[in-house]
Amino acid sequence: MTAPDDKAEALALLSDMLRIRRMEEKAAELYGAGQIRGFLHLYIGEEAVAVGAAHALAPEDNVAATYREHGHALLRGVPMTAIMAEMFGKRDGCSRGRGGSMHLFDRARRFFGGNAIVGGGLPLAAGLALADKLQGVARVNACFFGEGAMAEGAFHETINLAALWRLPVLFLCENNLYAMGTALARSQSQTDLCAKAASYKVPALRVDGMDVLAARDATRTAAQHVRAGHGPYFIEFQTYRFRAHSMFDPDLYRDKAEIAAWKKRGPIHTFSARLKQAQMLTEEQFLALDAAAAQEVEASVSFAAASEWEPVGDLLRDVMSPHTP
Amino acid sequence: MKTSYREAMRAAIREALGSDPRVFLMGEDVGKYGGTYAVSKGLLDEFGPERVRDTPLSELGFVGIGIGAALGGMRPIVEVMTVNFSLLPLDQIVNTAATLRHMSGGQFSVPIVIRMATGAGRQVAAQHSHSLEGWFAHIPGITVLAPATIGDARGMLAPALADPDPVIIFEHALLYNMEGELEPLGTAGCDICSAAVRRPGRDLTVVTYGGSLPKALQAAGQLATQGIEAEVIDLRVLRPLDTGTILASVRRTHRVLVVDEGWKTGSLAAEILAGIAEHAFYELDAAPVRVCSAEVPVPYSRHMEEAALPQVSTIVAAAIGLAAQT
Repeated sequence: MTAPDDKAEALALLSDMLRIRRMEEKAAELYGAGQIRGFLHLYIGEEAVAVGAAHALAPEDNVAATYREHGHALLRGVPMTAIMAEMFGKRDGCSRGRGGSMHLFDRARRFFGGNAIVGGGLPLAAGLALADKLQGVARVNACFFGEGAMAEGAFHETINLAALWRLPVLFLCENNLYAMGTALARSQSQTDLCAKAASYKVPALRVDGMDVLAARDATRTAAQHVRAGHGPYFIEFQTYRFRAHSMFDPDLYRDKAEIAAWKKRGPIHTFSARLKQAQMLTEEQFLALDAAAAQEVEASVSFAAASEWEPVGDLLRDVMSPHTP
Repeated sequence: MKTSYREAMRAAIREALGSDPRVFLMGEDVGKYGGTYAVSKGLLDEFGPERVRDTPLSELGFVGIGIGAALGGMRPIVEVMTVNFSLLPLDQIVNTAATLRHMSGGQFSVPIVIRMATGAGRQVAAQHSHSLEGWFAHIPGITVLAPATIGDARGMLAPALADPDPVIIFEHALLYNMEGELEPLGTAGCDICSAAVRRPGRDLTVVTYGGSLPKALQAAGQLATQGIEAEVIDLRVLRPLDTGTILASVRRTHRVLVVDEGWKTGSLAAEILAGIAEHAFYELDAAPVRVCSAEVPVPYSRHMEEAALPQVSTIVAAAIGLAAQT
């Protein structure tokens, strides 16, 4: 495990993991209460990946994510209030209540969703990268996706084109071992994901996705490569979701012992322990960070609850531009 | 000026590439090969490989990349060789291009133009003969165009590129060799919102689009020799439909025939007649008629393929039957 270097940065990483964790625990609770509906995919257990990666990206970078993207949106700067209101389906949501949990968007923060089609965000990120290349902009176009997406044509077509055209795309694979309920070994003949990327001549790194510092450092290395114009880069983060795939999933396909073993490696408690060992964190400080996260969550819920419903009269708004010639 | 549909389309693309640095053309064999239908012949030499970009056989990938590039500030023209292959990137078109504005609460525009050849009639069998325009016209969030004249082949691309939302242009493969006079564009330019009356007539209305327009016009010529004056409407825009032009014509002629190369079941022809039934039911003096493709994968043999598709003779026969209804 990498040793934490900078205390302020270490606490920020911990705080961000806590913010995601507490936000999603609350979302699950609100789902049970019927205030959030539809699909809800929780990232609990995988927080180190998004947090590590986000801390290695720049504000001007573009990010496209998956339907398990609450944390990614939050770390790109989308206010928790707007995320919560979106999950409530309210007008003040970051997508006006039109998208819900799986379709969080924020143009100003260069967050391109929220995509509920597995692999759907990959060509989008490569297209943004092509636009940057053609316009002479040095920017990282990061796309998050699960290992399940690597069975999709969209992955293979996109990484081939990104490598062929040397596009500034950062492929961030969150390998949580299960594509919904299907284990990697039951669905892909080549389970060495880095070998797949390498077969397209894309440099590939395998990282412990439960270690926020390792995730951050790998992303830094990769982002530097991409930003310098050397073409795409691939990272496999080995991680695990502690909850079921979605709120509808009875989670019958995973061994309880396997889940328990991964929980022992949970990114928040292991990182806290390391920080305490390195004298960078006291229990009081941890509780203060956790309380701050809880407070942010409570404020976001109040905001979402108070937000207005969009009037039904606006139903057909934003299908086409009002400025269509 | 005498020109062909193919040359008119090429002139439109050349003008777009020459006048807007955000525009680029991308697709299979658009560059070095010169375009499957030779539409982009010579453009690689003129504009270079960055702006006339050959792609691998990755329709899902490069259509999706076109969508991303549009989000990133470019104005891509993506050529999907034919509608038959558009089933591969259908996900990106339907799930991303058409939804992004709405799903993001109006934050994102996808100003992409996707061109593809469509239609049958060249004995290339079932997998290369689809007419799926009606499928695309079903989808909210995109505009669907079917230029059927040299003027529209030349004129429709510029407003399509100026549109902030996705536009799909269907070019019937049998139209590329069509030659004719290209009238200079008026000051109003070319619109992509209205249907056009291509031949006025008082006895019945023939509504059609794309590759069926020349057949409908030829049929109208034959009908005139038999004393039946058919008004021929070219839809031009398949989504959103210009129902006003259709209804105005039906209110004049009181009889309507739709010619559509798509299969009849769930077709654009069905949508057009449903719209007429909703808005002009009591204007009709006769039951409406459809001439569509037979409900069969398009066969290879020439005589069988001809039998499967709308033909001038079947349009004429249907029109005579419609005019004779009392």
